[in-house]
Amino acid sequence: MPQVSFTDNLMKHLPCPPTDAAGDTVHAVMESVFESNPPLRSYLVDDQGRLRKHVNIFINDRMIEDRIGLSDAVANNDRVFVFQALSGG
Amino acid sequence: MSDTFYVASRKGLFTYRRNGADWESEAPSFLGEPVSAVLKDHRDGALYAGLNLGHFGPKLHRSDDDGNTWTELSAPTFPGADPEDKDAPSVDQIWTIAPAGEDEPGALWAGTIPGALWRSDNRGETWRLIESLWDRPEREGWFGGGYDHPGIHSVLVDPRDSAKLTLGISCGGVWKSDDRGETWRLTGKGLRSDYTPPEQSEDLNTQDPHLLAMCPSAPDTIWCQHHNGVFLSRDGGETFTEFRDIKPAVFGFAVAAHPNNPDTAYLVPGVKDECRVPVDAKFLVNKTTNGGETWNAQENGLPDGPSYDLVFRHALDIDDTGERLVMGSTTGNLWITENGGGEWRQLSAHLPPVAAIAFA
Repeated sequence: MPQVSFTDNLMKHLPCPPTDAAGDTVHAVMESVFESNPPLRSYLVDDQGRLRKHVNIFINDRMIEDRIGLSDAVANNDRVFVFQALSGG
Repeated sequence: MSDTFYVASRKGLFTYRRNGADWESEAPSFLGEPVSAVLKDHRDGALYAGLNLGHFGPKLHRSDDDGNTWTELSAPTFPGADPEDKDAPSVDQIWTIAPAGEDEPGALWAGTIPGALWRSDNRGETWRLIESLWDRPEREGWFGGGYDHPGIHSVLVDPRDSAKLTLGISCGGVWKSDDRGETWRLTGKGLRSDYTPPEQSEDLNTQDPHLLAMCPSAPDTIWCQHHNGVFLSRDGGETFTEFRDIKPAVFGFAVAAHPNNPDTAYLVPGVKDECRVPVDAKFLVNKTTNGGETWNAQENGLPDGPSYDLVFRHALDIDDTGERLVMGSTTGNLWITENGGGEWRQLSAHLPPVAAIAFA
């Protein structure tokens, strides 16, 4: 199952330890994460489910391409990293 | 008279309390985080803070112990739209939080960027979009003033009838409802813009009231610091008259209405929209006590030397006596007067940029 981890900056606002989350796309993985941690949703995506402008998601060492639909594919043993961008702080 | 006030800043929420003759600052809440709105609800003592986290979006918190502990609430959130609609709205910022009527305990209004009005009936736990305003076709004619999207910064509730609302929108004019937001009408005849083609200067829908301030004891009196000048309504925001001859300038963001005297108000002028600093680098407050006929500079205790402070629209507040006012600037200065502007005292020169101030 993909493993998802978050930055210290985000953990300052709410608990979000590394977690295993099922799904074969970023969208599916993040929905699994939000299901177990509902308050996290509004921190990472906007009202329409789009990745917030100053949040980045990487699959292993690759930044995702689809920031609107989060359709990038995720494999079972991938690691998903949720970062804040260097802008916007 | 209020012995406590709150300072919402670019890097935290600061509380000041009177201690004898002095004012003391307590340890800040949300240190390092941008606080965009603050409200102390006099009806139940709740303290609300709207945050605009640089990375993680707008957030809303409530404290029921005056800032010692906070609970995160759901911020206003637009309903999901068609995924193909790339322009579907999302809240950028909570710009103002206002208590609803005295007869509506726990009910709140919020104005956001983009320009939407929201209502909570449960102390901010949940919010609903006021669709009757959002769906108005005129909204397509609104545009951003200083931000990417238009926004609602002023929500006035008539103390005589809490169903009567007046909104100020930058840039979307003045809107009124007589039925608690069921229906709306565009008002503000007399406002004037010079940032649109001449034939549109009196278009009500593209006016840029920077702030509306109501006199609570005479609610038909509403002062307006507008992008193009200073205006006064004596009929609850239906119509306005303009004061063109105010020295040193008519530009500014903040305006405070005296709570008990409808002829008294305060402004903090700047040069003009293209140069948002004090005229001749002399920072001052303008006060009228005769309904805007004349304005007197209040300078005692304000900087003698060159100053480049700007006071944002929500960063000047007046208490319920009308004698105490506090203002905070973009350069982190904080001043208080306790005699209606006759003498100002600097409480800090080292705060982060100040977005909003609210007396308890």
